[in-house]
Amino acid sequence: MQEEYDFIVIGGGVVGCIIARSISRYEGRVLLIDKEADLCMGTTAANTAIVHAGYDPLPNTLKARMNVKGNAMWDQLAGELDFAFERRGDFVVAVGEDELPALDVLLTQAKKNGVPGCLILSGPEVRRREKNITPETSGALWASTGGICDPFAVTIAAAENAVMNGAVVKLNTEFQDFIMEGNRIIGIKTNRGEFLSRWVINAAGLFSDVVMHKAGVRPEFKIKPRKGEYFVFDRADVQIDNVLFPVPSDKGKGVLVTTTVHGNTILGPNAEIIDDKEDTSTTIAGMDEIWAGARKLIPSLDRKHVIATFAGLRPMGNAPCKVPGVDYNADYIIEIPDEVQGFVNLGGIESPGLASSPAIAQEVIDLLKDAGEELREKKDWDPIRPSRPRFRDMSQKDRKLLVEMDPSYGRIICRCEDVTEGEIVAEIHAPVPATTYDAIKRRTWLGTGRCQGGFDSPRVVEILARELRVSPLRITKLGEGSEFLFRPTKNVEG
Amino acid sequence: MLLKDTYDVVIIGSGPGGLAAAVEAKKEGAEDVLVIERDAELGGILLQCIHNGFGLEIFSEDLPGPSYAQRYIDESLALGVETLLDTIVLEVTPGRKIYASSSRFGFVEINARAIVLAMGCRERTRAMIRIPGMRPAGVYTAGTAQRFVNIEGYMPGEKYVILGSGDIGLIMARRLTFEGAKVERVLEILPYLSGLTRNYVQCLQDFDIPLQFQHTVKNIFGKNRVEAVEIAAVDERWNFIPGSEEIIPCDTLLLSVGLIPENELSRQAGVELDPITGGPYVDESRQTNVPGIFAAGNVVHVYDLADWVTLAGYEAGKGAAKFAMALRASENAHIPVIAGNNVHHVVPQSININSLGEDEIELQLRVLKPIEDRVMIEVHDGKNQIARKAARYARPGEMNTITLKAKHFADVEKASSITVEVNPR
Repeated sequence: MQEEYDFIVIGGGVVGCIIARSISRYEGRVLLIDKEADLCMGTTAANTAIVHAGYDPLPNTLKARMNVKGNAMWDQLAGELDFAFERRGDFVVAVGEDELPALDVLLTQAKKNGVPGCLILSGPEVRRREKNITPETSGALWASTGGICDPFAVTIAAAENAVMNGAVVKLNTEFQDFIMEGNRIIGIKTNRGEFLSRWVINAAGLFSDVVMHKAGVRPEFKIKPRKGEYFVFDRADVQIDNVLFPVPSDKGKGVLVTTTVHGNTILGPNAEIIDDKEDTSTTIAGMDEIWAGARKLIPSLDRKHVIATFAGLRPMGNAPCKVPGVDYNADYIIEIPDEVQGFVNLGGIESPGLASSPAIAQEVIDLLKDAGEELREKKDWDPIRPSRPRFRDMSQKDRKLLVEMDPSYGRIICRCEDVTEGEIVAEIHAPVPATTYDAIKRRTWLGTGRCQGGFDSPRVVEILARELRVSPLRITKLGEGSEFLFRPTKNVEG
Repeated sequence: MLLKDTYDVVIIGSGPGGLAAAVEAKKEGAEDVLVIERDAELGGILLQCIHNGFGLEIFSEDLPGPSYAQRYIDESLALGVETLLDTIVLEVTPGRKIYASSSRFGFVEINARAIVLAMGCRERTRAMIRIPGMRPAGVYTAGTAQRFVNIEGYMPGEKYVILGSGDIGLIMARRLTFEGAKVERVLEILPYLSGLTRNYVQCLQDFDIPLQFQHTVKNIFGKNRVEAVEIAAVDERWNFIPGSEEIIPCDTLLLSVGLIPENELSRQAGVELDPITGGPYVDESRQTNVPGIFAAGNVVHVYDLADWVTLAGYEAGKGAAKFAMALRASENAHIPVIAGNNVHHVVPQSININSLGEDEIELQLRVLKPIEDRVMIEVHDGKNQIARKAARYARPGEMNTITLKAKHFADVEKASSITVEVNPR
């Protein structure tokens, strides 16, 4: 028998998960699927983790509207879902007199987009606020509403809250095709069977073009991955606590020097348009480009303090802006297309997609209502997702209490980031269970420190095997095909 | 076992440096010596070093790592060294307080008169040498792979490329070959070996494993698991030589590209690090800039032989014990001054008998209740009177004093405490 739903969301990135959470507020059965072994493994996996203020997108685009509206929704979102979010503000730094006029352009754009709290600071004032910045700094645009967050925490918390409110999450479940009845979508086919649904929402990110083409929508729409590479620094050695953008160029927002909610300075991204939607490799040329870009802002950076490099893909689309007179061809798609029924179509949700995600979810709700869907709020809907203890962030006194309650929080598995066995076990049995090494890493930040998992990985494999009741040989880094171990050694009875 | 509040010497880490420090601290006279180890057994990384080559310098014997460790484990336990296993130290303060987390004892706080840092070192990672490419499963540091094979009993791959000619990489090339795996190539970016020549001969040459100098990994392929690596030759400045690229299919890339002293705890404790070695600045007794905090072994700078780490551990253990015993002696030198009958309080509250000289000591006190008649202020050691002073009355509103003079000091020195009383005459 086929499972029946009212809403299916394709894609477990930040956009899909926040949409699933928003819909789970209302009566109806919700299913979220993702082809990977965990949530946030596409664009959400690797980005700058910035909640953009909204001065960057071209005025009147959907991008601009979603960004500014979404940004304002983050305080409530972070409060309800209990994840790390800090409204630190950000700087767009002009280096040399030549770059100063660009700040005025941005400020005008900020006003047009309705971004509050922007002003232009003088060179000396910027240098006073960030001591490490280049002495050639001539000024900066200061946007007080810019924020930083943990994109994994947001996404997972939203999915968990959806599950708490009755939604179902199926991982390792890959969309293959729609089930149609005339021009109405009535379900989807996946590698794990068919699921019926009254509505299907395309939040497939890098693969959103593939999904909409299966529905016969926008055959001309194409996602081009734009790769961005990053460096992460050891927080013991490098601490740049501000979010610093260069002035933007035609290649995008440029290479930032920024910080994470975990206190690590990060550099990146560059922007390279590629063809392969799975090519998250770092390159020598890319790393050199980032380095040169970042050193322009902070000349004192030293490569020897880099502890990780990674690359992510932005799903850049080619949809023209719908507002007449706006010449822009990489706008967001958020629509209920005329040609098929039962389909909410999203596409091209690249940066500032993270900042926009709560507004995008609201837009989807509004579209559903406009389409005549009667959304009735559940009586027992609970918007609060309680977070779990994080040993690392606790005072010595609170740690003591926690360990007294549950001794497994006394066994540290990741010594660089102080992640305990208790936290790992809690994630394995969470509402959206973490079943791979990387899934635990995303949730606990384990293995992200200076030893990069050298110490913890054998121990995590052991804990995963024990808790999931499988052989250690079946434990993977990021899903099937990425097993850590091949076979027992000769002298060990298997 | 019950944990004490305060130990003479606490050693963090039970590798060769930590165990040697514990043994030597005991021999030097430290009474309470504690070793904190994060693993479930003593021995540190020696336990996964099941190859031979240990003990040649100290015992003139060729021992495997665990046997070498066992000699020091046996000796330290016989000497009465206490151990705290499966416990990670979270923080060391400059005042030598240690916060640790243990699955058995929970969250513990321990005070130390002296500390020996013996945390060893950690391996350099892929990011530190900036190998570009994908990030699939199958890229391990040689030490992590060694743990999987020798401790957990699992093979992390079948076809290996090893980057770096450090000792762990060479040893692992042989170990994996013993287990039936194929080591395709060992690469070294330098024009010379970074490990010991004997390891090259015994681990690579004897097994026909090819080693290429001035070669490194240029790219890693594979989405889920390593599928191949691209290698290339480099010039003296480590620039890739065009046309030298070669793709080697493999499922695992092992990194043996250097070790870094592990000093996160040292930094928190205010220990100054030498940017060249990555370890603390130490004096000849292995004391750091923080008084009472010593450091020994790979935490100071990376050694190539465990035997040398042991010798460094002896130095640090000796220094730490001397420091701790001197501190203990000065702690015992203080005798309390007790407020006795009808005395509310006395200042000073203690007397350091080591500093008694010519100077008089004035004891200042207040009485509890008024006595409107002649009184006697008396100082005694519990049995015998040491000093006394008469007064016409005693009132809480008016401070009284009594002075201990040089002639009283012989009695004070003999006392375990002194008491002050104010009684009617």
